[in-house]
Formats: sequence, structure tokens, C-alpha cells
Amino acid sequence: MDYLLAESGIDRIKHAINVICEPAPFFVLSCVALGVFLIGYRFWTKPVVAAIFGGGAVLFYALSALDPNFFLIIAKPDNVPISIMMLLVGFFTWLAFRQAAINDERLEKGEPLLEAGADDKVLVWPDLVYTEFIALILCTAFLIVWAIYLRAPLEQPADPSVAPNPAKAPWYFLGLQELLVYFDPWIAGVLLPGLIILGLVALPYIDKNPRGNGYYTFKERWFVITTYMFGWVVLWVVLIVFGTFLRGPNWIFFGPYEFWDAHKLAALLNIQFRDIFWIKALGRGLPGHWLVREAPGLAFIGFWFTGLPFLLAWTVMRKIYRQIGFIRYVIAVQLLLWMFLVPLKMAFRWTINLQYFVAITEFFFNI
Amino acid sequence: MIKWIREGQVWNSIFRHGIPRDRRTRAMAVLSNVFLHLHPVAVRKSGIRLSFTWCMGGLTFFLFLVEIVTGVLLMFYYRPVVEYAYNDIQAMRSGVVSMGLLREIHRWAAHAMIIAIWLHMLRVFLTGSYKPPREFNWTVGVILLVLTMLLSFTGYLLPWDQLAMWAITVGSNMARATPLAGHEGPGASFLVIDGVPLIHAGSDARFQLLAGTFVGPNALLRFYVLHCVFIPVVVTVLIAVHFWRIRKDGGISGPL
Repeated sequence: MDYLLAESGIDRIKHAINVICEPAPFFVLSCVALGVFLIGYRFWTKPVVAAIFGGGAVLFYALSALDPNFFLIIAKPDNVPISIMMLLVGFFTWLAFRQAAINDERLEKGEPLLEAGADDKVLVWPDLVYTEFIALILCTAFLIVWAIYLRAPLEQPADPSVAPNPAKAPWYFLGLQELLVYFDPWIAGVLLPGLIILGLVALPYIDKNPRGNGYYTFKERWFVITTYMFGWVVLWVVLIVFGTFLRGPNWIFFGPYEFWDAHKLAALLNIQFRDIFWIKALGRGLPGHWLVREAPGLAFIGFWFTGLPFLLAWTVMRKIYRQIGFIRYVIAVQLLLWMFLVPLKMAFRWTINLQYFVAITEFFFNI
Repeated sequence: MIKWIREGQVWNSIFRHGIPRDRRTRAMAVLSNVFLHLHPVAVRKSGIRLSFTWCMGGLTFFLFLVEIVTGVLLMFYYRPVVEYAYNDIQAMRSGVVSMGLLREIHRWAAHAMIIAIWLHMLRVFLTGSYKPPREFNWTVGVILLVLTMLLSFTGYLLPWDQLAMWAITVGSNMARATPLAGHEGPGASFLVIDGVPLIHAGSDARFQLLAGTFVGPNALLRFYVLHCVFIPVVVTVLIAVHFWRIRKDGGISGPL
């Protein structure tokens, strides 16, 4: 019977990939990949290097589609746009950083930019109008082919008494739904989306760096671009991919080559910050009043949002503070700290199973 | 014959210039056309390179137009009532309605529009095109991005299948956790007058969104009106502002 149970080489590889795709390694590796890309952007965007890695990624994806469980998920009609998005995000990130690499090199040598030649004007008819026209035709053709070969999904008629498992929001909100693993709905579903919008609106008023206006560059704006790419690629795109492809019934993690078994169990033993402080560290019971009970968590969150800004302004962000001034700094740093509360909370969950820093369940105030 | 038409009164009343072959007539072609005059007559050569703009803003707008055309056609065949909605979609799907691809194109163009607008934002960000003097237009763009996603979200419910109902249920459940305004949101339990809670399941943000405590007939109608009338009108107005401001802020961005 042994030969029936023995794993083939391909099974071992699939199993290894399933393990790598678990939330913690998946997220950490995404961050590392982004970091490595940004640090060595001049190397990674060289056409040959990019073609090898891009082609390799597409090949890997195509080969993965041979796995029935993986194919089942990516072939869902409403998941097809996500595969297209991944391809396009990869391509356009390369295109942008390739031009940034060329421009940065030219700036160092004192040569004119790719976008130079402000007086070099062409007529809109025909140069722009024709480009637009061709783009429209290609786009239309693409849509028609897509519509012919892939039917829009239509499931059983709506039935309030039969909840599907998993019940998922539209794919573009799945990054936020994934955050529900780590935060309560008032943060993941209301506060964070609001702060994303607010942060985007505030961006041009916070970023006082006059360079890099109207051309691709990374060197001249590395801090802003790194922050934005972390938010966009890791916290938005990667979490959407994760929430769509790797979250199955009961929102439990399933590896890409794993069957979505509704009976899979995930051991969950979450603890609160207050338990660590009062019970584990001090060895006593929880205080009765919520304010005293949650004081350690509140102190930590309080320090994160009020103490840390001072500390940062005094140390690593000193230069930025001087550049943008008090009001802009306060807004920028609050937005940044909210953004980085997300990976911080994730790290605490993965390492010590922390559920809440502050858990005032009496009036739904859990952080 | 062609010459006779070209020299006739009808032709000349429509086209006030000759065939765009030289600089003057080409300029006239853009200036004298209400649609083309969104553009300036001449633009910087580097500004319209495909590798610079990716054409994503333009494609987003084009996909919006596709959505309007297909959407209006779909409205002929769709009734936003629980009893009919699903069957109407089923009828479109099975080709009873002559243009069987309409719904497919409408749905895929919606997904494509979301991806295109995200990539447009990425391009504008990476070229630093939100910097002065374009700060305000970036803000308008952010609002358009949010509205695009809301358009897609409200449209998601209309097929009235399991996918639609439960996606909207998951999405709209967030609203009940709104601080102060949702009955499971922090602080809402403090809003009490004489022991009567102001915010409860029948009055909170989620109730206002769905016109009920669950995704039911009222929610379908509400999402239909939001999807077909309210949000498109707001988006159209903001698109006008967005395009106007591109021109007023100096056209396609470039090095200063």
C-alpha cells in the first residue's frame, strides 16, 4: 500500500508552495519582493531580466492552472479580472520603473529626460486622435472577445435563507474583507477605507517635494513612491489576490493547490493584550472596570498615535518634519501610522495570536 | 459625385473646414468639433507617448461610455423588482433578448474600468502629476475612483442571484459597524435619549443604505436607482470638471 501514499516529486513541490502561501510567509515574502525590486530597480527593470522573471511568472501561473484545484478558483468568471489585473500591474510597474531607471541615470549624467522637449509640439489631429481611435478599437475588440468566450456569472436565484460558504464581497473589496481577519468591521470596513480615500486626497498637499513633477523617477521621490507602492501593491493588490484565491470556506486559508474542503478546521486560540498584561505578566485577575482593564492596550495605542510621532519627528523623520512643517507632518504621520498598524497587527497575530490591543466589547470599541 | 456632396450646402453646414490635410484644417478639425475640442490643438510630443500615459485615463472614460450605452440598452429588458429581476437576466443570458452579449460586455467592461482607473491613478502618481498645479484635479480623480467602485458595487446586486445578494450582504454589513452611526459601531450605544437608543438596527447607516435590515426588495430598488441614475449623473459632472481642469492646469503633465 505504501506506493499509494507516496508523494510524487510534483506533489512535494505543490505542498511546499501551499505552505509558502500561508498568510504570514505570503505577506512577508510580498514585502521582501517589493523591497528587493525597489532597491535594485535599475537591475530588475532591464528588459532581459524583466522578460525572464515576467515570463517565468506567467509560465508558473500557466503550469499551475494544470492543477484542478487551482484551476477551479482562477477560472471562476468573476476571478478572471484578477488574473488580468495581476498581469497588467506587473507589466505597468515594470514600464514605469524602467523609465524611472533611464531617467534617473540621465539625471545623474546631466542629460535630458525621456519626457524633455517642452516646446516640441505636435497637432492633436492626427497624432493623438489616431492613437485614441486605435486604443478604442483594440479595447472594443478585447471586450467583445472576452464577452463571447466568458459568460458573465449567474448563480442560483437570491435566497436569504441559504448563505454560500465562503460569502465574499466583490473582488475589488476583498483586500478589505481580508483585513477583517485582523480588525473589527469598524476599522477594516469603515475607518481604513475612509483613511485610504482621505490619504489619497491629502497626498498632493502633504508631498512638498518639488522634484519629479511630470516625469518618471524613483531616486528623486523614493520615500513617497516606496510608501505608495507598499500600500498599493502589498496592502491592496496582494491582499485582494490573497482574499480571492487563498481564502476558502469559513474564510480559512487554503493553499493554491488545495481542495476547498468546508470541513477543514483551523485551530484558533486568540488572546487579548490585557490578558498578557494582567494575567500572564502580573499573575492576577482582570480588573473590573473596562478603563483599568484596558489601560495597557490604551497606553500602547496612545503611544503609537501620539508618542511615536514625536519620537519620529525627533529621529528618522526629522528631515521630513522640517521640510513639510507641523500641520502637514501631523496629518502625514497619522496616516502613515494607521497604514503601518495593519502589518503590525498582522505580525502580532501570527506570532502571539493577539486578537485585540484594546478590547472594550462593552461598546464595540476593539482595536 | 463626392465632389458634388462636398461642395453642397448640407456638407458645408456640418463640416466647416476642408479635409484635415494641412496644419490649418487639422487645427480646425479639433477646434470646430464639440467632442474633439476637449483636446487642445497641439500637445507636447513626449506627453502623448503611449509609454508615458498608458492611455489609461482615456480608456477609463471610453469604458464608462461603453457602460452607459450597454447599460441603457439593458434597462429596456430589466425590471428592478425581486419577482422579475433574476428572470430578466436569465432571459438576456439565454438569448431571448436579441443582443445576448450586452450583459457580458456590461459586466466585463465594469471590471475592466476598475482596473483601468487603478492603473491610471498609478501612472499619475508615478509621474508626479498630482503635484502643483494639479492637486485639485487629483482630488477630483480620487472621488471619481471611489464613485467608479460604488457604481460597480451597486450594479453587483442587480442580477439578484446568490453571488449578488451575498456579496452585497457582506459589503453592506460593514455599515452597521460605522462609528456612532451603526448599531454595532463603537460609540453608538451612547446615543440614547431617555433610555431610547437613537441608533438601532432599524435606523443605522446600514438601514439607510439598504432601506431595510437585510438585502431585500427595497435594497434592490435603491441600488438600481443609485446605479442607473444618481451615481452616473454625479460621475458625469465630475468627469467634466476633471477634463476641464486637465486643460486649465496645463494639459498632459511633463517636466516643468
